Amino acid sequence: MPDFILDVQGLETTFKTPDGVVHAVNGVSFGLGEGETLGVVGESGCGKSVTMLSVMGLIPSPPGKIEAGKAFFAGQDLVKMSKEELRHVRGAQIAMIFQDPMTSLNPVLTIGKQLEEPLVLHIGMTKKQARERAAELLTMVGIPNAKDRLNDYPHQYSGGMRQRVMIAMALSCSPQILIADEPTTALDVTIQAQITDLVKRLRDELGMAIIWITHDLGVVAGLAQRVLVMYGGYIIEESPVRDLYANPTHPYTIGLLGSLPRVDEQQPTKLYSIEGQPPVLYEKPNACPFAPRCKWALEHCWQENPPLMGVGPEHRAACWVDTKTGRHR
Amino acid sequence: MSTNNNNNEVLLHVENLMMHFPIRRGVFQRQVGAVRAVDGVSFDVKRGETLGLVGESGCGKSTTGRTILQLYKPTAGEVEFDGVNLITLKGEQMRQMRRKIQMIFQDPYASLNPRMTVGQLVGEPLMVHSVATGAEINERVTHLLETVKLNPAFASRYPHEFSGGQRQRIGVARALALQPSFVICDEPISALDVSIQAQVVNLLEELQQQFNLTYLFIAHDLSMVKHISDRIAVMYLGVIVELATRDELHAKPLHPYTQALLSAVPIPDPIADSKRERIILKGDVPSPANPPSGCRFRTRCPIAEGICAESRPDFREIRPGHFVACFFAERYL
Repeated sequence: MPDFILDVQGLETTFKTPDGVVHAVNGVSFGLGEGETLGVVGESGCGKSVTMLSVMGLIPSPPGKIEAGKAFFAGQDLVKMSKEELRHVRGAQIAMIFQDPMTSLNPVLTIGKQLEEPLVLHIGMTKKQARERAAELLTMVGIPNAKDRLNDYPHQYSGGMRQRVMIAMALSCSPQILIADEPTTALDVTIQAQITDLVKRLRDELGMAIIWITHDLGVVAGLAQRVLVMYGGYIIEESPVRDLYANPTHPYTIGLLGSLPRVDEQQPTKLYSIEGQPPVLYEKPNACPFAPRCKWALEHCWQENPPLMGVGPEHRAACWVDTKTGRHR
Repeated sequence: MSTNNNNNEVLLHVENLMMHFPIRRGVFQRQVGAVRAVDGVSFDVKRGETLGLVGESGCGKSTTGRTILQLYKPTAGEVEFDGVNLITLKGEQMRQMRRKIQMIFQDPYASLNPRMTVGQLVGEPLMVHSVATGAEINERVTHLLETVKLNPAFASRYPHEFSGGQRQRIGVARALALQPSFVICDEPISALDVSIQAQVVNLLEELQQQFNLTYLFIAHDLSMVKHISDRIAVMYLGVIVELATRDELHAKPLHPYTQALLSAVPIPDPIADSKRERIILKGDVPSPANPPSGCRFRTRCPIAEGICAESRPDFREIRPGHFVACFFAERYL
């Protein structure tokens, strides 16, 4: 096993709701290598965001609760840390950007004020130094006339520019890890291309590790080195990026890839569709959570939830069935 | 997708359609400007085909769809459906016409009345247009729900009991209730999860075959538009910049915006993706309240020259069936 800068083990998170306790994350383990870009893919409700929010200590509690698990960062368990200790890690060493830049920025503070805040708090810069650094950061993410635009308010920026500001803010304290939660989902494709291009450039310049959470298998293909696919609060497949797209192994991954039309396809074929819909788990399942939607499901799938099993070099999948033969593996 | 469509009869003809929304200011609400949401759009939709209308947010694609249905009163232009000019139609005549033109909306959470049961929702158009009464309505509703692959026993349930994909099926059943010939699909899948999107798209394709429907499919997702459409029109800031058959548009995009848009769509394949050359556009879409002079795209265009600021390029047929609004389109032929 290579050294991980973030090592998550057996994470479980639940939410109390009026309908019962929802098991959002059910024992998720993964590692993040230094400078690595890890894609986390799944549909809404699969637990991808909750996993990362749990690691960052950002789950509202109640109703949320981390039931079990560890998350080691620089030798320390983030799950056990006090709020105060976590505050020093968040923003400074692990930064996060969110889907909707408008709701993540404070509408009554200028962009400059919001960019300077972490610099003063985490790095201990003076106001003047922070101001200069803020202008540099805005320039770095490609906003013209950075000095003047520091005095603008978020509503004066477009959606793409706000996301650039979020990135500038996240990178301001040179974090070792950047967690990006669907950062381009709210943006148009041409703007999405600008942002992914920017992130790639900054990654190469600054060398931070990235966790990129998305539902879009297309975005991950061009960005990540390794991908986790999540379903029903479990990691159901884990693989280096090229191998995942060349040899998808879990029936869910196969289905997801088949349901995407490709802009470079020659003859449109009928899209593969996964019948049914993703589950909401009110108890930890004893069966494979995907079994009700799976066309390969065997009897064993209904009796025991499969663990992640090696299916190739660094490629693991949680499935009892070898889909090539349709038999039990 | 109806590739076996060999008649070329024009079902919908749109010419120089404009929809400007006034901007009013001051005590007297005097008009001080206009948002030029749709600013001179012309295209035909042939019977039985799917025309994809694609563009980024704010480009006017949804407004175009709504203006065709006369949900907005267009500022100028012509909309001719099956030989009838919709703009001159009044009240009852237009209402009758709407039976033939239906719409499927983007947000299945907002477009269904939460206080009505599925049966009432799907039966409502039948009642409003008095095409069925009493027990016949229930019969037709059952049949419609079966058509969109929903269990007819669900007719007594309320929308909140359904998932997004199922709700969108209810929306589809409602649109089909009056047996329309033309359906405007306004981003019907963009609110749905990936695995559910394919279900709805497959359903729309099957229904098109079954009922010989004509679609105007509005979306921002170019790969999905390419999948479902026979021809594609690309919109930017209130105008159509390029219109061609699906295959031609992808093989030979002639407008710089189409080229950039195509290159920006992520491909779910790391190897193919790494081989592509990406065109990254600079900046953002300008405001439609104050669009650039001349060519709308010139402020972000990689090949813009002086002439682009001076006059607006014609939307011209550069090859049979391939229209483009760019002075330099020949370069890419």
